Amino acid sequence: MLIYLRKRILSSALPLVVVIVGVFALARMTGNPASLYLPLNATQQMRDEFTARNGFDQPLLVQMADYFGGVLRLDFGQSLRTGQDAAAMALRAFPATLQLAATTMVLAVLLALVVGCWAALKPNGIADRISSFVSMAAASIPDFWLAIVGIWVFAISLGWLPTSGVSGASAWVLPIATLLLRPFGVLVQIVRGSMVSALSEPYIKLARSRGAGELRVVTHHALRNAAAPALTVAGDLTVGLVNGAVVVETIFGWPGIGKLMIDSILQRDFAVLQAAVLLTAVAIFALNILIDMGYALLDARVRPVTARA
Amino acid sequence: MKTAAEQAPAPRSGTAGIPPGPARAHDVVLQVKDLAVDIRTHRGTVRAVNSVAFEARAGETLALLGESGCGKSMTAKALAGIMDPVCDLAEGQIILNGTDLAVLTPKERLKFAGPELGIVFQDALTALNPVYTVGTQLGEAFRIHRRLNAKQAKAEAIDLMKRVGIPEPESRINSYPHQFSGGMRQRILIAMAVALNPRLLIADEPTTALDVTVQAQIMQLLRKLREEGQMAVVLITHDLAVVAEEADSVAVMYAGNVVESGPVSEVFSDPRHPYTKGLLESVPAHLERGAQLKSIAGSPPELHDIPSGCVYQSRCPLVQDICRAERPALRPVGPPVAQSDIQPETQPRPARAAACHFSEELNNV
Repeated sequence: MLIYLRKRILSSALPLVVVIVGVFALARMTGNPASLYLPLNATQQMRDEFTARNGFDQPLLVQMADYFGGVLRLDFGQSLRTGQDAAAMALRAFPATLQLAATTMVLAVLLALVVGCWAALKPNGIADRISSFVSMAAASIPDFWLAIVGIWVFAISLGWLPTSGVSGASAWVLPIATLLLRPFGVLVQIVRGSMVSALSEPYIKLARSRGAGELRVVTHHALRNAAAPALTVAGDLTVGLVNGAVVVETIFGWPGIGKLMIDSILQRDFAVLQAAVLLTAVAIFALNILIDMGYALLDARVRPVTARA
Repeated sequence: MKTAAEQAPAPRSGTAGIPPGPARAHDVVLQVKDLAVDIRTHRGTVRAVNSVAFEARAGETLALLGESGCGKSMTAKALAGIMDPVCDLAEGQIILNGTDLAVLTPKERLKFAGPELGIVFQDALTALNPVYTVGTQLGEAFRIHRRLNAKQAKAEAIDLMKRVGIPEPESRINSYPHQFSGGMRQRILIAMAVALNPRLLIADEPTTALDVTVQAQIMQLLRKLREEGQMAVVLITHDLAVVAEEADSVAVMYAGNVVESGPVSEVFSDPRHPYTKGLLESVPAHLERGAQLKSIAGSPPELHDIPSGCVYQSRCPLVQDICRAERPALRPVGPPVAQSDIQPETQPRPARAAACHFSEELNNV
C-alpha cells in the first residue's frame, strides 16, 4: 500500500506543475497590477519602480523560474494587497472552505444513500418516481440562483437566517443548503441506479436463499457493491464543491478559499491567487488518492497486489 | 399466491413438527402441485410455468429436464422463493415437509431459507458476492439462523470447506471469490447451500459452466452430500446423460408444463410423451457413423402465444384435432408398479404420468 501511495504521489507531481504554469500565465493576462495599486496620477517613474520592485519587469520565463524556485523552498511570495505571506493567507482561508465542503458532502452522501436505496427497492414504484423528480430538480437548479432566492426568502422576507457571514450555526444553513442540492440530486440518481443493478445480481438472490432479510440484503450485500460508482461521483462532486464555493462564498461572504481567489483575481494579487489555486489542486489530488484507497477498502478486486496473491 | 391461500392451507408444522435426525430414505420431502408462475411484461402477463407437479424424496434426486426457456429455472426460483420482482406465483402448492411455502409471506419464508431448503446456481462467479471473503459468505447462514458470533461462524465455515473438499480451508477462508477456480467456486456455492443441512437441495444447472472433468467431480460431491444428509435433490438440467446417471426420477418440462414424469429408467426406456421420445431419439449415441442426426422439427412456442390446446401440438408427429382443442392434463400412465416390488416400510415409487392424449399409442410411432 505504501509503494502504491508513493507512486500515486509522484504521478501527481506533473499535473501540479501544469497547474502552476497555467495559473501563472493566466493571472498575468489580467493586466499589470501597477495600474491598480498606484494612484491614477502616478508617474511613469513610480510605475517602473513598482514593477521592478515586484519583479514584473523581468521576462515571463525568468519570473516563472523564480516562482518555481520559491515553490520548491515553500516560499510562495507576498500578497501585493496586504504584504502578508501568500501561503499563510491561503492556508488561513482553507479550513473555512473545507468545513463547508465536508459538512455538505457528508450530509449529501447520507441523504442520497437513504433516498437512493429507498427508491431502488421498488423500481418505478411511487418512492422511485418521487425521488426521481426531486433529485432531477435538485441536480438542475443553478446554485447562484438558489442562493439569491434563499437570501431573499429566508433572510430578507422571513428574517430567520442571516444574509451572510459566519456568526453562529444559523449562518451555516443557507450556504450548506445551496451547496448541498446539486451533489444530493446527482448522488441519489447514482445510488439508485447502482443499487437497482446490484439488487438484481444473482448473489443477492443467493443471500435471500440463505435467509437474509430485506434490511441485511440492502445494507450488507447490495450497498457495498453499489458504493464504488457513488464514491467516484462523490469525489468529482467534492471537487465541484470547491469550484462552487467560489460562487457561494462570494454570495454569502464566507471567508474561504473561493472568496480569497475571487478577491485576489480582482486585485491582481498574483502570489495569493497562485498559492490558493495550488493549495486547492493539492487538496484535489489528495482527495483522489483517498477515493482510490476507498475503492480498495470496498472491493478486494481493485486492491493493489500485496503480499497475499 | 391468492388462489393457494383460499384453498385449505396445509397444516403449519414448520420445523417443530419434523422429527430430529436425518429424514428417512424415500420419504416425500417436497410436493409441488399445480404450480403456475406469471411474468408481467410490457405486452401483458404471460404464464411461464403452468400446472407443474412433481415430488422429491429424501436421499433421491429428481431431475427437472427441459430445454432453455422451458421454465425449469423459474420453477427452481419459485421453490426457493427468490423470483424476479416481475414474476408472481399465480397458483399451486409447494409443500415442504408438510408446510405449504406458497402461502407464506416473504418474511415467514426466510426461516425456511437455509435450514430447510438450499439452492445452488449455475454461475458461481456471479452468485458469490465479490466484495466479501468466502468465509464471510459461508458463515452468514450460521450467523442468521443460529446467531453464532463471527469466530464460531468462521469455524463452521472452515468445516464446511473441508466437507466440500476445498484444500487448505484455514488459509483459503480469507480469500475472495475471484481468487478461486471455477470448480472451487462451485464447491463453495454448494457448501453454502448445504450449510444448515437442509431437507431439500435445489441445484440449478450446477455443472453447466464447468469443464467436463470438473463436472464429474461436482456431481460426485452432490451425490456424496445427498447420501450423507439424506437430502432430497431437485436437479435442474438440460443434459440427458446427467439425468440418466444421477437421477432417480425425472420430470420433463416443455413450454412451462411438465409433460411427463416418473422413474428415470422407465421414462427413458418407454417414453409416454412424444416430446420425451423426440428428445431421446435425438441423442446421437446409437447412431451409425455418417447417419443423419435426428432432431425435433420446429422450436418451442413463444410465451406470448402458447396455443390453447396441447403445448406441443406444433411439433408433434401425432397431432390430432383434439390436441388443438383441449390441453391434456398430466395423468397417470403405464402399468402400476407391482406390489411385490414395494417394501412395506418405504413409500410407493413415484407413479408415472404424462400429459398427452395419445400416450398409450406412442409405442406404435
